[in-house]
Order: sequence, then C-alpha cells, then structure tokens
Amino acid sequence: MNELIRLLSYMICLAAFLGLNLAYLGWVERKGAGHIQRRTGPKDVGPYGLLQPLADGLKLMSKQLIVPANADRPLYMCAPILTMVPAVLLFVAIPFGEHLVPREFSFGLLMMFAFASVGGMSILIGGWGSGNKYSLIAGARAVSQNVAYEIPMLITAITIVMITGSMDLNEIVRQQGGYIWNWNVFRLDKSILMPVSFLVFFICSLAETNRTPFDMGECEGELVAGYHTEYGGMGFGLFMMAEYANLVIGCSLTTVLFLGGWQSPIGIFPGPHWFLLKMYFLIWSFVWIRWTYPRTTFWGLLNLSWKYLIPFSLVNLLLTALFIKVF
Amino acid sequence: MSSLAQSQLRETFELNIGPQHPATHGVLRIKVVMDGEYIDRAEPILGYIHRMHEKMGENRTWNQFWPNMGRLDYLSAMAYNHCYAGLMERAAGIEVPERAEYIRVITAELNRIQSHLLGFGAYIMDLGGFTPLMYAMDEREQILDLLESVTGSRLTYCYFRFGGVYNDIDDDFITGTRAFLKRFRPQIPMYHKLVTGNAILMDRLIGVGPISADMCRKYGATGPVLRGSGVNYDIRRNEPYSVYPELDFDIPVYKECDSMARYMVRMDEMVQSCRIIENALNKLPEGPVMAEKVPKALKPPKGDYHYAVEAARGTFSMRTVSDGTNTSYRMRLRSPTYSNVSLFEEASRGMLLSDALAFLGSLDPVIPEMDR
Repeated sequence: MNELIRLLSYMICLAAFLGLNLAYLGWVERKGAGHIQRRTGPKDVGPYGLLQPLADGLKLMSKQLIVPANADRPLYMCAPILTMVPAVLLFVAIPFGEHLVPREFSFGLLMMFAFASVGGMSILIGGWGSGNKYSLIAGARAVSQNVAYEIPMLITAITIVMITGSMDLNEIVRQQGGYIWNWNVFRLDKSILMPVSFLVFFICSLAETNRTPFDMGECEGELVAGYHTEYGGMGFGLFMMAEYANLVIGCSLTTVLFLGGWQSPIGIFPGPHWFLLKMYFLIWSFVWIRWTYPRTTFWGLLNLSWKYLIPFSLVNLLLTALFIKVF
Repeated sequence: MSSLAQSQLRETFELNIGPQHPATHGVLRIKVVMDGEYIDRAEPILGYIHRMHEKMGENRTWNQFWPNMGRLDYLSAMAYNHCYAGLMERAAGIEVPERAEYIRVITAELNRIQSHLLGFGAYIMDLGGFTPLMYAMDEREQILDLLESVTGSRLTYCYFRFGGVYNDIDDDFITGTRAFLKRFRPQIPMYHKLVTGNAILMDRLIGVGPISADMCRKYGATGPVLRGSGVNYDIRRNEPYSVYPELDFDIPVYKECDSMARYMVRMDEMVQSCRIIENALNKLPEGPVMAEKVPKALKPPKGDYHYAVEAARGTFSMRTVSDGTNTSYRMRLRSPTYSNVSLFEEASRGMLLSDALAFLGSLDPVIPEMDR
C-alpha cells in the first residue's frame, strides 16, 4: 500500500514537473532569444509574458487537426504521440536526489539509451507519414544523424560505466560525492581526456535533441519546417513539447554522468537543488548556443561524428580501460 | 558533379522550392530535380509577382511613372529613383543643382547600407543563425527613421523629382546621419568578430557556390556577385554619374569567387558607403534642391535614352524611347537580380541542397525587382 502511494505521488509530481518544464522552457527560450537579440521577448500575456505558454497551448489545442491528403494516416497520427511517450517515460529513471528517484533501475542508463532511440524513429515515422518531400528528406536526415551521434554518446557512456562499474544512475551519482574534483568530468585520474569526453557527450546530446547547430530535422531555411511541416495544432505542439522533454532528459543525463547529479560541489548540502541548478544551467547553455550559432550542413554534421567524435571516444575508451587496468 | 549523380542507376525526384518557401525571400520558385541530397538540375521559375512595370511606363505620363520606381527593388528604392531621375534629366536636358545631387547620393548610399544590412541578416538567417537579423534590423531602423524624416516613407521611396529632390534635408537629418555613422561604424567589426569569424559559417560559405568571372559575363551578373568574382566593375566608377567622381571611396573586390567573397563584398561596401556619406556631408553645398523651370508635363525630345546606376544588387539601367509626347514610347528596365539569378541553374548543378540554398542567398535576390 505504501509503495502504491509512493508511486502515485511520484507520478503526480513528475507530471507536474514535466508539464511546468515543457510549458516554461518554451517561455525561457523565447525570453532568452529576445534578450540575446536586443528585444524583449513575450511580454504581453501576463506579467513578463508568463502566461504566454498557456495562451499558446490554448491556441494549439483549439486548432483543427488537418490530415494531408497523401499522408499515411495511421503513421501520421501516431508519430507525435510516439515522440512524446519515450521522452516522458525516461523521467522515471532520473535521480533528482539521493532518495528522490521515482524508480531505481539497476540498468537505468541502458534504459535511457533504449528509449531515446525510439524518439529518433518517431521523427522518421512523422516525416514519412506526412507524404511531403521536405518532411521525408528531414526524416531521413534526422535518422542518420541520430544513428551517427548515438555511437559516440554510447561509447562515452560506456567509459563512465567502466569507471563507476554500475549502470544505476543513482549509484553513478553516489560515486561522485565529496568535492567538485570528484565529479566525473574532472576525474583525470581515471582518464586524462575526461573533460573532453564531457564535451563530446554534450555535443552529442545537442545533436540527439535536434537543436541548432545540428537541427537537420527542422532546418527551416531549407526544408521549411522539416519533419513537422505538415503538422498543425496539437500534433505540432506534441513535437515541440517532446523536443523540450528530450532537452531536459539530455541535460539531466549529462548532469548525472558528468556533473555529479545531486552532489554538492563544496561537499555540503547535497540535494535536488544542486541537480536542478546544474540541469538548468546546461539547458540555458543549449538555448544560448541555439541563438548564437548558424546551422551546420548535413554533411558537415556526419563528418564531425564519424571522423572526429567516434574515433576520439574510442581512443578515450581504450585509454580509460588502460588507466583502470594499470592503476 | 558528384559521383552519385553520374552513376547510371539513379533515381531522381522533383522538389518544388517555392513559390512559398523561407529560403527564397519571396515568390521565387525553383524547380529542382534532386538526386538524393544532390541537385541534378535546378530551374528558377519567374513571374509570380510580375506587374508589367515596363508596360506601365508606356501608358503613363513621365511623372505618373514615379511611384513605380519605389516598387521594383523595395530594399534599395533610392537607387532606382536616381536612375529614373538621371534618365529623364538626360533626355530633357535638365540641369540639376549641385546640392540636390549631393542629397541624392547621401540618401542613396544610406539606402544601400540599409539594403546590405537586411541582406546580411537575412542571409545568416538562411543559414540558420537567427540573431544577426535582429541586430541588423536594429541598425536598419535608424536609417529608415532618418530617411522617413526627409522622404516621408520608409520603404517605397518616391523622393527624387526631375531636376532635383522633393524636399531639402534639414540640420536634424544631417546631425542624425552623423550620429548614425558614428554608431554604426564600430558595429561592422563586431559583426565580423561575431559572425564572419564563426567556424560553422566559414565552413558553410568558403568554397561554396563558385562563380567564375566568365560565368558572370555570360549571364550579365553585376554588383557584389561580379565583384566577388574578382572583376572590378562598378557603375559609380566605370560610368560615373551624379557627383560620385568628386567623392573618394574604394570598390571592394574579392577574387575568391565563392559565397564568402560575395558576403565580404557586401560587408565592405557598407564601410565604403559610410565613407561616401561622410564625404558628401562634408562637401554639401548650399543652394536650391530643385532646378528652375522644369515643366509640369515633361516632353523630352524624340530620341533613345539610356541611364545606368549602381543599385545595391548591381547595375540597374533604364532605356526609354521618347516620341516627343508626354508618355514613353518604349520603356525597358534592366534589373540586376534577374541576371544574377539566371546563373543559378548552371552554377548549382551537382551541389548539395543545403549548399545550393546558401549559394542562392549569397546572390541576395529581391523578387519584385527580378519579376518587375
């Protein structure tokens, strides 16, 4: 009975956390973009435009759902849902605090990667199901991008698993306790390339979440709006929300693997506040990057992954194995 | 051409870019035959915003044709005003007061900076960087405010008249322009630092969309496109008009022939335009801004007249045949974008889609001017 209440309350809290994030990250992005671009961003709906997400949501929900004539109806309809589900599901495994984990899995990390790949698939389904050439190109691009960037991401994650000897996300965080130099990103005693592999992981999560400069799936200058060109109303809304959910997941995972999760950098008061602080800092840097850099080309993107990131992460993997073996 | 495109077993599909597409800056349609991500053949299809400006010129009086000049290239309308004014003054033999010519040059150059600023911002936006557009728009607003104060309009100017300009500039405009120059000058190095030096941008522009000088000559490309291919050709120098010979400025020329060269020509031209404006403000003479005794109903003598100016996108020239009445017998407009875009078909063969659109942006097309 106790367990049931625990799970129920976690479910409600997670839904609230998720809803708040999905709505207000959009606001943060628009406000941030505004300030980066010498303008104010949303300001009319509510104080500081704080009610803007609600207004947007209302607008999207009240729109008619139009299915294009040559769309593949079942695929077209299920793609937005299919992007949303894995993104939401993954919140179950994230350790917000030492005892604040909805469900502790001993294979949390594996689960993360497994479901993250489903998100990539759903973009292809959306692109294919739309029956639009732009969407199709975008879908194909998004999948080859996801495949290319999952490999260095996985290899880097394996490095972490080798160091910590666990796939349990909470256990990985526990091992980074103490001070800031115990975080995996600064664990030079395990591998001297650790800060760089943090960078690799960060770049990969940028690419995995389809954000500028790697937003090949959207690419509005070339492909109109990419895979969601034909989606209106809440179909589009779900894609947008899934993007933000993936953003939160990606940043949480980076925080957990490299930045010590809920551990405090100064050794006192560990707790969820540190986790949130680090995560939102990463999210903000994503926003910052998006409004600063132009987009790479599709070819440049794949080259970066296959020619630099993958060889590098492999070298890092070998080096870490060597370090662990020798010391 | 890619090895992919050359292979025997190929499957192509057609992609319509436009007439409504974010990369085409208007109603340009490009019919592309794609081979995967490579372009097999790209054919620009024009005419979606054709308004028969040339025919309009033939059934309106000379004066009634003025408003059309603001509606060709809506980004650098002042140069088009200048061309029409110059053409008719040449035809009717009207002497323009020197002050009017200086004012024309100042406003036309301000307009050129404004046009290049928007071209710069919109181009980077094509490449996925949204922020520079907002910075460019901020600067552009200052120019629009200045020009609005003397011309009364913000975009489709109809400021010049046969024999001068409609309105004299006042001290507010002069001090405002000087203040703008002072504010704007340090911005360009900042743009170079923030945007031009960006590794991703350099990767996307350098070596992309090479156009040789021969190809430019073949299609009649002018303006930054031609000067980015290493040809030093600018009407302001090669066929001087107005008071340009008395002002000192350089013509930026880049020999790289790629998109980066065209981009750099535009950026450098903004600096040169600042120089021209400052120079002209310093030399601005006193006097009237309209020639005396310009007839209300102009009737230029019979003949065939031609006048060319350097607009922001290249050479704009007008040719008219007058039969001695108050309307034109034949009117012909030569607009730069039309020639610049016509080389797209040949130059884009075998390019990647994303490169081709980066290349199209570097031509800086303005569609209403192309379709006329």
